[in-house]
Amino acid sequence: MTATQPLLAPPRLSPRLFAVWRRNFLVWRKLALPSIVGNLADPVIYMLGLGYGLGMLVQEVEGVPYIAFLAGGTLAYSTMNSATFETLYSGFSRMHVQKTWEAIMNAPVALDDIVAAELVWAASKSCLAGTAILAVIALFGFAASPLAVAAIPVVFLTGLCFAALGLIMTALAPSYDFFMYYFTLFITPMTLLSGVFFPQGQLPDGVRTIAACLPLSHAVELIRPLLLGQVPGQIGLHLGVLAAITAAAFWTALILTRRRLLN
Amino acid sequence: MPLEITGLVKRFGKGAEAKEVVRGLDLSLRKGECFALLGPNGAGKTTTLRCALGLTTPSAGQIRLAGLPVPEQAREARARVGVVPQIDSLDPDFTCAENLIVFAGYFGIRDSEIRPRVPELLAFAGLEGKENARIQSLSGGMKRRLTLARALVNKPELLILDEPTTGLDPQARHLIWERLRRLTAEGTTILLTTHFMDEAERLAHRLAILDNGRILVQGSPREVIAEHIEPQVVEVFGEWDGSDNQAANGAATWAARNAGALSRRCEISGETAFCYTDDAAPLLAHLAHQPGLRTLHRPANLEDVFLKLTGRELRD
Repeated sequence: MTATQPLLAPPRLSPRLFAVWRRNFLVWRKLALPSIVGNLADPVIYMLGLGYGLGMLVQEVEGVPYIAFLAGGTLAYSTMNSATFETLYSGFSRMHVQKTWEAIMNAPVALDDIVAAELVWAASKSCLAGTAILAVIALFGFAASPLAVAAIPVVFLTGLCFAALGLIMTALAPSYDFFMYYFTLFITPMTLLSGVFFPQGQLPDGVRTIAACLPLSHAVELIRPLLLGQVPGQIGLHLGVLAAITAAAFWTALILTRRRLLN
Repeated sequence: MPLEITGLVKRFGKGAEAKEVVRGLDLSLRKGECFALLGPNGAGKTTTLRCALGLTTPSAGQIRLAGLPVPEQAREARARVGVVPQIDSLDPDFTCAENLIVFAGYFGIRDSEIRPRVPELLAFAGLEGKENARIQSLSGGMKRRLTLARALVNKPELLILDEPTTGLDPQARHLIWERLRRLTAEGTTILLTTHFMDEAERLAHRLAILDNGRILVQGSPREVIAEHIEPQVVEVFGEWDGSDNQAANGAATWAARNAGALSRRCEISGETAFCYTDDAAPLLAHLAHQPGLRTLHRPANLEDVFLKLTGRELRD
């Protein structure tokens, strides 16, 4: 944006945002292998440990082996986590600690472009990690249907959604410690309420209604059936909610970031 | 004109708590000159630069950067400007060459176009052969020089430097000065802020002293010195045995009793009396008979003007 735009103006983007995206991609490429392994190991260990361990006790959930049920949830929540971590910790480093954004703003790149580049980059990174997790899931035979490939764009959209929410926190954060609140008050409860580990039908009625509105629930509702070879129900609703949260959160993040950096 | 600012006002906050950081500032740079903006901390130097680059909206006033109105066309204007910021903002994850290549990308410059220029840019910054060096391995001076090279990737017509030599050793400062002079010789216009008066005196064709958001004086270093301060300074310090009181035998007591008659103006700072005069001979003759006091006689410089205009109190 140019500084004449009011604080609340809609995003004004230019193709220069890809130069900023590329900067993040080039840094990631230097450490791609450890980064992917890092994003892969944790969710896969949980999935196999809980899937086979707990799976011995619960046997089938919604008509499939527990680990097959868990696979879709794992892909959804690990996407949420990697997009969130990227915008919170790495984004805050670039914005506040390394002053990378300030350096870029001295070039003919607007802050709107930088924030949009962070959004798309975090989604890209979570999609790269998500694709690797999907490959492992397929390797274990829990994504046998060709429909599973359709989960990749859903993973990207999920990444966009949580990146946009994360950018709001980054714009507000005084320091890294602030992000603990976001994890303990929002991300962790959402992981438990969104049908990742058990069906939302197990929740009490009131809680279930609220839980169904959470962004992660919509991601799970799309990704799990695709991995099981089924066409998800209410595709339009789930995609629409994820897209709407992405748009609203991105705009909010942009307003807060403009207020923080262009004042 | 590379930069033209008229009636710039910048307020932060609203209502009763509003703070006016820049209060009606006019500035215009001529092509190919080096212009220094001097001022104590909080004078409004950095805010003026941020306004000029379109990174914050002025409360009032007009700005034209590289001939374009700012902030309306700030992005287009910045394409023709290079910036060396006050705080190091190099990319620690990249090598020296990658820093230049990635930064050029923000200007829409292709890799194939910038890559062949990397050795030349590094050489200009005194960093020959450092293409693959990691940023962490560079000294403070090397980082600042690399930031200078980074600011030149787009061959700017105007280079803006915010305190370019703060924290550098004398060798590094001299190298930066020499490079900046080379740039102005080649026709690049330079706008810099600095706390170092010798830097401004050596580099700047013209300068402005800024305080409380206003320009106090403007002109060439020589003009400013000639117009605003007496030509000679005698600094007096040490112990004075002309006092009857042992507790008050410093230069300040001496000055209180004698300086008025022997100099045009005298300022006390710490334990030193600064006597400003057109003719130092009578003062020096008097001081020759004061064995405890030590003296330093020198021509007045920009720092004397600066302290006269902005005062000797600490700024935070």
